Amino acid sequence: MNKILLIIQREYLTRVKKKSFLILTFLTPLFFAAMMILPAWLAMHNIENDENILVIDRSGLFTGKLTDSDKLHFSVQDISLDKAKEDFYKSGYTGILYIPHAPEKENPVFYFKKQPSVVSIQKLEHTLENILREQKLRKALGVSQQQIQNIKADIHIRTVKRDESGGEKAKHNEVSMSLGMFLSMAVYFFIFMYGVQVMRGVIEEKTNRIVEIIVSSVKPFQLMLGKIIGIALVGLTQLTLWIVLTLIFAGIGQSFLSSRLAQGPDTRQLMTQMMQNPSDSTAVAALAGGNAKLSQTLEIIGSVLSLPWAKILFGFVFFFLFGYLLYAALFAAIGSAVDTQEDTQQFIFPVTLPLILSIVMMQFFIMNPDGQLAVWMSIFPLTSPIVMMLRIPFGVPWWQIILAAVLLVATFLFLTWLAGKIYRTGILMYGKKASYKELWKWLRY
Amino acid sequence: MSSTPILRATEVSKSFENHRALDRISLEIPRQSIFGLLGPNGAGKTTFIRIVNQILAPDQGRIEINGEPLRQEHVHCIGYLPEERGLYKKMKVGEQAVYLARLKGLSHREAVERLRRWFERFDIMPWWNKKVEELSKGMAQKVQFITTVLHEPDLLILDEPFSGFDPINTELIKTEILKLRDRGATIIFSTHNMESVEEICDRIALINQGRKILEGPVDQIKKQYADHSYILTLGGKTFDPADIPGQDFQVLEHRNENGTAVVRIKLTGNAGINDLVRALLPHYTLKGLQEYVPRMRDIFIRTVNAQTALQS
Repeated sequence: MNKILLIIQREYLTRVKKKSFLILTFLTPLFFAAMMILPAWLAMHNIENDENILVIDRSGLFTGKLTDSDKLHFSVQDISLDKAKEDFYKSGYTGILYIPHAPEKENPVFYFKKQPSVVSIQKLEHTLENILREQKLRKALGVSQQQIQNIKADIHIRTVKRDESGGEKAKHNEVSMSLGMFLSMAVYFFIFMYGVQVMRGVIEEKTNRIVEIIVSSVKPFQLMLGKIIGIALVGLTQLTLWIVLTLIFAGIGQSFLSSRLAQGPDTRQLMTQMMQNPSDSTAVAALAGGNAKLSQTLEIIGSVLSLPWAKILFGFVFFFLFGYLLYAALFAAIGSAVDTQEDTQQFIFPVTLPLILSIVMMQFFIMNPDGQLAVWMSIFPLTSPIVMMLRIPFGVPWWQIILAAVLLVATFLFLTWLAGKIYRTGILMYGKKASYKELWKWLRY
Repeated sequence: MSSTPILRATEVSKSFENHRALDRISLEIPRQSIFGLLGPNGAGKTTFIRIVNQILAPDQGRIEINGEPLRQEHVHCIGYLPEERGLYKKMKVGEQAVYLARLKGLSHREAVERLRRWFERFDIMPWWNKKVEELSKGMAQKVQFITTVLHEPDLLILDEPFSGFDPINTELIKTEILKLRDRGATIIFSTHNMESVEEICDRIALINQGRKILEGPVDQIKKQYADHSYILTLGGKTFDPADIPGQDFQVLEHRNENGTAVVRIKLTGNAGINDLVRALLPHYTLKGLQEYVPRMRDIFIRTVNAQTALQS
C-alpha cells in the first residue's frame, strides 16, 4: 500500500512541477474568464457607433417617417447629392444616406467617413424595409396605421414543468442544454487528455527500460494503479485550479466592469427575492410586473437555480472520476502493448470509439434527452460518463443514475483487472508488434 | 553462517504460448558466493531471474529464499539490475535514486544518507541535481548499480552488469561486487562474458534451451574438462607430428610461427610428462611447457553444442 502511495506521489509531483502544467493551469482560466467577460464588455462598449445621418430622399417615401433611435439620428434635407457630398467633411454628419427615386429598383447609397458597423447598416436597412412595407400595406390594402400596429406579433413560450405533487417550475431548456453540453464535453476532454497521459507514461517507462527495475520492487498492478491515480489527482488539481482561478479572474473583471455600470436598486431587490424562492413561477411573473423581457431574464436565472444541483454535482464527480479510471486502465494496457507512440493508433481508435460516438450523438440527444437511445447510452458503462452528464441537467430519475453508476463501477473493476493482465505481460515485451491475437494470449499467461 | 542456501529452486518450469522457457530447473546457490548463471541467448536465464524477482510466476516448481517459500516481502532482500535497464530521463538523478530506494523499503532519510556515501565513492556527487538525460551512459550505469545495491540486499542479481562500461569502470564495479560478497552478500551473475566468469565466479550453472546442463564450482568444472594435455613451445626446427611416438601421445593442435612451434599434446597411454619431454628433446629446443587448463569459453561452447546436437 505504502508503495502505491510512493508511486502516486512521484507521478503527481513530476507532472505538477512541469512548466507546461503551470502555464496551462494559469492561462486556461484567463481564457475562460475572458469568454465570460467579453460579452458584457462588448455590450458596454457598444459595437454600434452613434450615426448622425443626412438623408436625401428622392423617392419622398420616407420623409417624415424616419424616427431617431438611440444610435441613429436622421435629418432629412432637400439638397442635391453633389452639394451634400461637397460639404460632407465640413458638416457634422457621419454619413449621407441617398435614397433614389425607386429605392427597390436602384439601391440606396450610404456615404461614410468612418466605416459604420455592420449592425448600423442592418438597422438602417431594417428601418427602411419596415417603412416601405407599411406604406405598401396601406396603399395596396388600405390597412390603417393602427391595424399595422395590431398585427405585429411577438410570442415567447414559457416552459413550465408540473410535477406529480402539483409544484410548477419554470424551465429553460437552453440552460439545461448548455450545462449538459459543457459537462459532457468536460468529461470527454478529461478522459482523453489524462487517459493519453497515462498511456504516454507507460510507454515512457517501457522505452526507458526502467519498468523492469520498478516491477522488481512493486507488483505491475500496483505500478499501473499508482500511475492512474496519480494522474487523476493531477487532473483534479488542474480542474479545481481552473474553476477557482476562472471565478477569481472573472470576479476581478466583473467588478472592474460593474464599477462603471450603475445598477438599479429594484433589479437587485428582485434578484434577492429570486434567490430565496427560485422555483415559484407565479412569483416570477408577479415580480416582473408585466415586463416580458424582465420576466424572461428572471426565469432563466430561476431555472439555473432550480436545476437538480445535487444530482449534477454527484453525477459530475462520480462519472468524471470513474469514466476516467475505466478508460485510463485501457489506455495503460494500450501503452504496455506498444513500443512507440506511433503504434498506438490501431488500439486507441477502437477503445475510444464509444466516447467519440457519444460526442457525435450529443447534438441529437440534447434535442431529446429522454429518448430511448439516449437513456440506454447513459446507462451503458462505456458511454455513460458522457451521455449521463448530458442528461442530468434535464432531470434524470435516481434509479437510472444509480444503475449507471453500479454498472460503471463493475465494468471499471473488470476492465482494470483485464488491463492489468495485459499490462503485466506487455511492459516486459520488447520489439514484438502486438496484435489483438497477441493480446488475447497475454490475457491467459 | 548457516548452511541453508540463500536461494533454492526446485524443478522450476515456465512455458510461454508455444515454447518451454524453463524445463524443471533446480539450483542451489550457497550463501556468500558469486554464482554465474550462464547460457546462450534465449536459454531462459532472464525468465529464471524474473521468476526469482516475482515479475513472473512459475508454472511449476518452488523457489525458496533462506529456506522460506518466495513471497512479496522478499523483494526487500533482493537487488536486481536487469540487462535492459534505464532511468526516468526527465527526473533528477538524486531524486530518482531516492525514489527507487524508497520503493525497496528504505526511509527517505536513510536513502539520502546512503546515497550520499555511494555518490561520493563513485565520484558522481556533482550530478545529484542534474537530469538523467544529461548523464553519460557510463554514469547512468553507475547510478543504476548504486540503486541496485543501496538497500544492502542479501541477494544481488546482476544481469550483464559490465555491458556498456569502459575498462576502468568495469574494474570499479568488479571490486565493488567482490567487496559486497566479502561482506556477506550473495551475487547471481548472469553473463556471456566468460572472462569475467573466470575472474570472479565461485560457482556456475550453465543453462541451454531451458535446461540446466552443467553446475558446480568453477575450478572443479575446469578440472573435469581438463584432458591431461600440455602446451609446449618448441624451437630448433619446424614441428613434425611424426617426431612424436604415436602410441602414448596424441597431437591435438600445432602451429608454426617464426621458427617456433606451439603444440598441444595429450598423454594417452601410461606415459607421463617426463616421457614426452624425453621424446622431444632430441629433435627440439624446449622453450616452454604448461599444463592445459580449459577456458570457460571453450567449456561453454562444447557443452552447449553437445546438448543442442543431442536435442535435434
